[in-house]
Amino acid sequence: MRRRLAPYALILPGGLWLAVFFVVPMLAMVSVSLQSGDLSQGFRQTFDIGNYSDMVSTYHTQLVRSLVYGLLTTVITIALAYPMAYWIAFYGGRHKSTYLFLILLPFFVTFVIRTIAWQFLLADNGIVLGHLKSWGLLPERFHILATGYAVVGGLVYNFLPFMVLPIYVALERIDRQFLEAASDLFASRSQVFLRIVLPLSLPGVFAGVILTFVPASSDYVNATILGGTGQVMIGNIIETLYLTNSQYPQAAALSSILLGALLLGIFGYAKALGTRDVMDATAA
Amino acid sequence: MSEDSSEQTRRDPALMRGLTQSRLGRRDVLRLFGAAGGAAFLASCGIGSQGSATDTSKTAVAGYWDTHKPTDSLTWANWPLYLDTAGKGAHPTLDRFEKQTGIQVNYIEAIQDNAPFFAKVQPSLSSGQYSGFDLAVISSGIYFNKFKELGFFLPLDQSRLTNFHKYADPRYQSEAFDPGNVLSIPWQAGFTGIGYNPAMTGREITSWEDLQDPKFEGKIGMMANNEDLPNCALLAIGVDPQKSTEADWHKAADWLSKQRPLVRQYYSQNYIGALATGDVWISMAWSGDIFQQNLSGKAVGQALKFAIPDEGGLLFTDNFVILKEAKNPVSAMMLMDYYYQPDIAAEVTEWVNYISPIPDAQKIVAADAAASSGGDRTYLDQVANSYATFPTQDTYAKTTIGFTPKVGDELNTWNSIFEPVYQS
Repeated sequence: MRRRLAPYALILPGGLWLAVFFVVPMLAMVSVSLQSGDLSQGFRQTFDIGNYSDMVSTYHTQLVRSLVYGLLTTVITIALAYPMAYWIAFYGGRHKSTYLFLILLPFFVTFVIRTIAWQFLLADNGIVLGHLKSWGLLPERFHILATGYAVVGGLVYNFLPFMVLPIYVALERIDRQFLEAASDLFASRSQVFLRIVLPLSLPGVFAGVILTFVPASSDYVNATILGGTGQVMIGNIIETLYLTNSQYPQAAALSSILLGALLLGIFGYAKALGTRDVMDATAA
Repeated sequence: MSEDSSEQTRRDPALMRGLTQSRLGRRDVLRLFGAAGGAAFLASCGIGSQGSATDTSKTAVAGYWDTHKPTDSLTWANWPLYLDTAGKGAHPTLDRFEKQTGIQVNYIEAIQDNAPFFAKVQPSLSSGQYSGFDLAVISSGIYFNKFKELGFFLPLDQSRLTNFHKYADPRYQSEAFDPGNVLSIPWQAGFTGIGYNPAMTGREITSWEDLQDPKFEGKIGMMANNEDLPNCALLAIGVDPQKSTEADWHKAADWLSKQRPLVRQYYSQNYIGALATGDVWISMAWSGDIFQQNLSGKAVGQALKFAIPDEGGLLFTDNFVILKEAKNPVSAMMLMDYYYQPDIAAEVTEWVNYISPIPDAQKIVAADAAASSGGDRTYLDQVANSYATFPTQDTYAKTTIGFTPKVGDELNTWNSIFEPVYQS
C-alpha cells in the first residue's frame, strides 16, 4: 500500500504548485473574462461572451501584428541559433561550457536595461547611425528606432539564448556513432546532416520555438522601448486595459484570446512535426 | 542655462544633489516591469461593489477626527525623487519633522505611476482594510477621481491646516477637482506644454499647431496617456477642456489622427531622453523635466526650451491625500501642514524643482542663492526664477486644468475615442 502511494507523494509538491499558481489563476482569468461591469459599479459574473467578440473586432490588428512579430522572431532566432548551437556541440571542444556561458552572459543584466541599451546604440544621431550619417552613407532622416525592424530586432536579441540552449542540448545528445555509421555507409556530409543530425535535433528546435514564440508574441517591453507609432503589440493593449482603464474583464478576455491563439499555433506546429517528437521535446 | 555649462556648473551642485538623473523615468519604471499588476489582478477578481463616495458632511468628518489622536509613527507613499535628499536615505526636512514631533515617518517611494499604485492599494481599500499607507501623493486627474468616487480618501481635518490656509497660493485653495480641499492639498505642481530643441527646430515654438508641421516629420513626440494627450488636443483645436463635449473629443481625436503620420512615437515618459539625444526635436513635455534636463546639461547642441502654447497649456497638481482606514491620520495631517511652512517648502523646491504651491518660498530660495556662491548660487538663482518652480501670474494665466471624465460610461467613451490614436 505504502509503495503504491509513494509516486503520488512525489508528485504532490509539484502538483500543488501547478494547481495553486497555474490552474487557479487560469480559471480566475477565464471567470473574469466572462464578467461585466466597471470599477465603480462592481463586476458581476454574467457569462457574457461579448467581451471576446468586442476585443477581437477592436484589437485584431495588434493581435495579428504580435503573432507576426513572434513568428518572425522565431524564424530569425532559429536561423541564428542553429549554426551557433551546431558549432558549439560539434566543434566546441573542451571550451563548450565557456561558449555556453558567453551566450548566457547577457542574462546577468536585466533585460529592460539591455533593451534600453539598444535604444542608446541605435539613436538617430547615436554612435552607430550618427557616424554613418556624417560619412554620407545614410540619409539624414534615416532611423531604425521607432520601426518594426527595431522591435523584431530587439525581440530576436532578447530571445536568442532561449533558442540556442535547447538546440544545443538536442545536438549534444546525438550519439556520435550514428554519424560514423552513416559515413561508413557512404553517406555524404550533407546527407549525414539532413538525414540524421537534423531530424534528431528537431525536438530541441521545438522546445526553442515554445520558449521563443510564446513570450515574444506577448512581449510589450520591446515595443514600448524600441517601437514607434505603428508597433503597438497586444501586450501593450492588455497592460493599458488592465492598469489604465481598469477594464479587468476586457483585459482578461484579450489575454485568453492571446493564449488560445498561441496554443493553436504551437499545437499546429506539433501536429506538423508529429506527436512523438513533441513528447521527446517535453522530455528534453 | 546652456551658456554656463562649464564643467563646474554641470557637476556642481546638480550632480551632487543627485538631480541629473532625476525623474526621467519616474513614471514608467513600473510600467515596464508591470510589477504591481499581477498580484492585484487576482485580488480584484470577483469583488462585488467596490465602495462608494465618502460621507463628507461636516458632522461626520468632525466626529471622525474627534475620536483620533496623534500616533508615534506614520507611513508616507511618495514618488521617487520627490523629496529633498541628502546622502543615504536622509531627507533633511523629514528628519527635522521627526525630531520636532517625535513621530517616526516610514517614507516609501512606492508610487511609480498613479495606475499601478491604485492597483496596489485598491484590493485592501475595497475590502475595508488598511492599505499599508497613511499618506499618499496622487495626481489630479482620472485616478484622483477613481479614488474619490470609490471613497478611498479620508476627508481632511481643516482645523489642522493652519499653514496651508495661511501660505498656499489661493489658486491651490480652490481647485475644481476638489473644491474646498475637502480631500486633498497639493504637494507640488507642474505644466504640460511643448518641449523643443531650438537648434533643431530652427525657430521658436508658440503653438500646438507646431506639432503638426510637416517639416518636423518623424521628429515629433507625443504622450501616450489618456489625460495629457486628449486635453492638449482639445486646447489645440481651441476648445476649453473643462467645457468640452463629446463632439469636441471627436474633433480633438481627428486632430491627433491627422498628426499621427508625422509622429515618431507616443511616449509614456522617456520623451525627455529622446529630446536630449535628438531623436525627437519637439515633443509634448512636462515643465519640470525640461528644467532638470537643462540643469544636467546633456542635451545635444543647445539647451532645450519649454513653451506654453498660445492656445494654452495644462496645469496639473500632485496632491497629498490620506487613504481610508489610515492608522495614523492625525500624524499625517501634522506632516501635511508642516510642509506648508515657507522655509520647509523652499528646501523641498530647491531639490525637486517642481512648482511650489507656496509663493513665499521663492524669497527664501532667492535669499539662499544670495548667501551661497559659485555653482550653488547659479543653480539656486535658476530655481528661484524659473517657470518650473515659481511661475508668474502671467504664466499661470496661460494654463488651464484639463478635463477629467467621470469614471464609468463617460471615461469609457473618452478612452474609446482617444486610445486608438496612440494604441494602434
